[in-house]
Amino acid sequence: MSILPTPPSQGCRETPVLKERGQREVFCGLTGIIWLHRKMQDAFFLVVGSRTCAHLLQSAAGVMIFAEPRFGTAILEEKDLAGLADANEELDREVARLIARRPDIRQLFLVGSCPSEVIKLDLSRAAERLSAVHAPHVRVLNYSGSGIETTFTQGEDACLATLVPALPEASAQSTPDQAPDLLLVGALPDVVEDQALALLNALGIKNIRCLPARRSDALPSIGPNTIFALTQPFLGDTHAALIKRGARHIAAPFPFGEEGTTLWLQAIAAQFNVPAERFDSVTAAPRARARKAIAAHADALSGKSIFFFPDSQLEPALARFLTRECGMTALEIGTPYLHRALLGPDLDLIAPGPVFSEGQDVDLQLDRARQARPDLTVCGLGLANPLEAEGLTTKWAIELVFTPVHFYEQAGDLAALFARPLRRRALLSPPQIRAAE
Amino acid sequence: MKLALWTYEGPPHVGAMRVATGMKGLHFVLHAPQGDTYADLLFTMIERRNQRPPVTYTTFQARDLGSDTANLFKSACADAYARFRPEAMIVGASCTAELIQDDPGGLAEALGLPIPVIPLELPSYQRKENFGADETFLQIARALARPMARSADISCNILGPTGLGFRHRDDVAEITALLDEMGVRINVTAPMGACPSDITKLGSAHFNVLLYPETGESAARWCEKTLGQPFTKTIPIGAQATRAFIAEIRALTGLTTPVDDSRLRQPWWAASVDSTYLTGKRVFIFGDASHVMAAARVARDEIGFDVVGMGCYNREFARPMRALAKEFGVTPLITDDYLEVEQAIADLQPELILGTQMERHIGKRMGIPCAVISAPVHVQDFPARYSPQMGFEGANVLFDTWVHPLVMGLEEHLLHMFRNDFEFNDAAGPSHHGGLSHHSNPAPQTAAPPDLAAAEPAAGGAEGGGSMPATSAPQQAVSDTPIWLGDAESELRKIPFFVRGKARRNTEAFANLRGIQQISVDTLYEAKAHYAR
Repeated sequence: MSILPTPPSQGCRETPVLKERGQREVFCGLTGIIWLHRKMQDAFFLVVGSRTCAHLLQSAAGVMIFAEPRFGTAILEEKDLAGLADANEELDREVARLIARRPDIRQLFLVGSCPSEVIKLDLSRAAERLSAVHAPHVRVLNYSGSGIETTFTQGEDACLATLVPALPEASAQSTPDQAPDLLLVGALPDVVEDQALALLNALGIKNIRCLPARRSDALPSIGPNTIFALTQPFLGDTHAALIKRGARHIAAPFPFGEEGTTLWLQAIAAQFNVPAERFDSVTAAPRARARKAIAAHADALSGKSIFFFPDSQLEPALARFLTRECGMTALEIGTPYLHRALLGPDLDLIAPGPVFSEGQDVDLQLDRARQARPDLTVCGLGLANPLEAEGLTTKWAIELVFTPVHFYEQAGDLAALFARPLRRRALLSPPQIRAAE
Repeated sequence: MKLALWTYEGPPHVGAMRVATGMKGLHFVLHAPQGDTYADLLFTMIERRNQRPPVTYTTFQARDLGSDTANLFKSACADAYARFRPEAMIVGASCTAELIQDDPGGLAEALGLPIPVIPLELPSYQRKENFGADETFLQIARALARPMARSADISCNILGPTGLGFRHRDDVAEITALLDEMGVRINVTAPMGACPSDITKLGSAHFNVLLYPETGESAARWCEKTLGQPFTKTIPIGAQATRAFIAEIRALTGLTTPVDDSRLRQPWWAASVDSTYLTGKRVFIFGDASHVMAAARVARDEIGFDVVGMGCYNREFARPMRALAKEFGVTPLITDDYLEVEQAIADLQPELILGTQMERHIGKRMGIPCAVISAPVHVQDFPARYSPQMGFEGANVLFDTWVHPLVMGLEEHLLHMFRNDFEFNDAAGPSHHGGLSHHSNPAPQTAAPPDLAAAEPAAGGAEGGGSMPATSAPQQAVSDTPIWLGDAESELRKIPFFVRGKARRNTEAFANLRGIQQISVDTLYEAKAHYAR
């Protein structure tokens, strides 16, 4: 087996975390709809919320996307606030109209928002009621993407977690010689998901299902014979829901970069007793390709420092990739929430040094970033131009979520996302750019 | 409850942010949950601002509800004052905070900050972004401005421009220069560029120039009543409106200084023979009422278009909108539902849309050219170059930006001349390198202009059942579509691509009208004669 770099003698699993509480410059969980509706091709996401929710979705989706999307907002109005009975009636009516207009919709998610949570509009009861009305053609589910409960990628977690109890039960017969069913959890672009499935198939692993499924008729069944691997680190609630259904989790670093992908695959391969020779023969070529693709960006990244503002919970796993495979130094690794159980294997691989921060007080964190003067700052769209104007080079965090970055074939692309702003800064230097006001 | 897919306006607190971000030395403390900070990116990304909007969000969470959201607001307020040291502060609630009724105004007042703290009432479940901006500016003016002695020289205030406004930056520059040329000094421009201490001096101007009624009319009316300042009613968009605006200023001031209009090229550009082809082009106009009403006059009276429909998304201005539509003999469309706008455009089949970014997308789907004349804005609406809509230069800009999406006059004739040419035909692709493009373009789009074929990134996609499939809309068959005979179909293909979709629809409508089931070459030309102007 090709050698992986040695892990640091001491990782960051036990490193104390700076917990902050203040203004957060992050999206709420509704934003996940932007990629979830692309992934789940027969699902509609109906936010029950305010004009702000609608405006957020359209702003986060790049202002306005083409055509009629499979998401929308049922905007609460004055009279909905006055009486919840009326609000439920109104919701039923809007849903009926929507389903009549969109016969292609098979799954409808009622997505709770800050206002609907505060007025205690019970969307789970609404979902039951509406499921009964529109079954079997449409199944109605609910989850909350509200900002008072969820941060950005937690919206996907809440969506998948609500799917888990509704998944069919796998046949309980587990003979000792029967291989377990493998479930990959996390919404990945189809092309990336297909790559993962191809690799796992080549390792001899069959019976692989994905959550979310592309279509509602392909939902995986689940049971004690199910083992699952997460492809995203922000799926804490989904993880818990799957454990509750009797499934077993395969802990591993997340599949970013050559090392991350290899360790992730190895952890799965071990569960399926894949022989080492077979593992090597399947992974050797893509590993070499990934290393080569990453090396193409080594010049730009090596020796540079990086500072993460919290955004997607991917930050620790990305910091592991950048410090271990790209030669960068992490100064601060901010994350909205640090799920140590899920990210432990990644934290073990990060050499001590960086500050870990959880939550945010954006003004204080900006002070730290200005003090640290990192070569590259990973932050949200609200902060990027102001920091560029201060002379800091930035990378939009949201691109790390919207772009295919998992597994071997995207390892080079992932490195490129970080290298491009640095290259650009060098191209435009000497940087006598005075930002327009 | 109302289903919205895309919205023309954000919530009212975004309007308040547009005022705060346009101003200097003012800070906005917004009681809001995590996630509402998305609004920052409107300013930093769309407008490319180099500073964060001066907004502090209290960022309350579920666990704070019912316990200490009020304290959270107070500490956020105190911290914001300590850090940013603004001259004045505005405080308000976003939609969620409005429900928990913490009374930001009272809480902030209790802090006893040594600066004016202006509470805002922003009813999120009734009103929208423009109201929020207009109301915020009004409250700031009421709190800070007082009657005072007029300046010795003739001066005015420019009211209405905000952050994230459609071409506000350049309009203000253009109108400031015009007023300066006329001998009027600008006392204060607000909200954009003003600090709270400037607002206290509003009263020394002799009159107000209201550029954007959507965001400044309430303040202008208050100034009229309380400070005794008349305000201008003409929106100087277009050559004629600019002249009317100059006349209005002269009537207000008694000034007669001549204005150099040698930069105004639009009237001659419209009169020159190349523009003949613009005659009677059917345009549909939609956006905020002020821009739409101004555009309608320019379209009809200065360019010679035929205005076939108009409307606005801001109900506050429905009355003047209806009056103007009546004058134009069209039915006004007052709606904030973009599906209704899309339907109206589909029904009217205009040759040009003057609209917002929404209509630009609708136009792309239907193969109808569109020029953007109004907010909501997009990063493209903040060009690096100087590009006002108002004043003489604005009139020049209007001519260019409205005409460029159309196929030019001479080109139109050339395309006729070359139709079905052995080299220049659909199958040959868009390049004159015939051989090369032939191989790379084996299957050209049937009726879509080249830029349509490329469409937008597939992000939104047009799933079946969507109201308007992405690129095939124009030639989408309806159930009662008559059959095209072979000859007629090939004759149709000889018609230039950019009018072919329309010819097809017109012919089919004509056939339906006459109960013709099979379209022949004769039907095609009878239809052409029927619809000829």
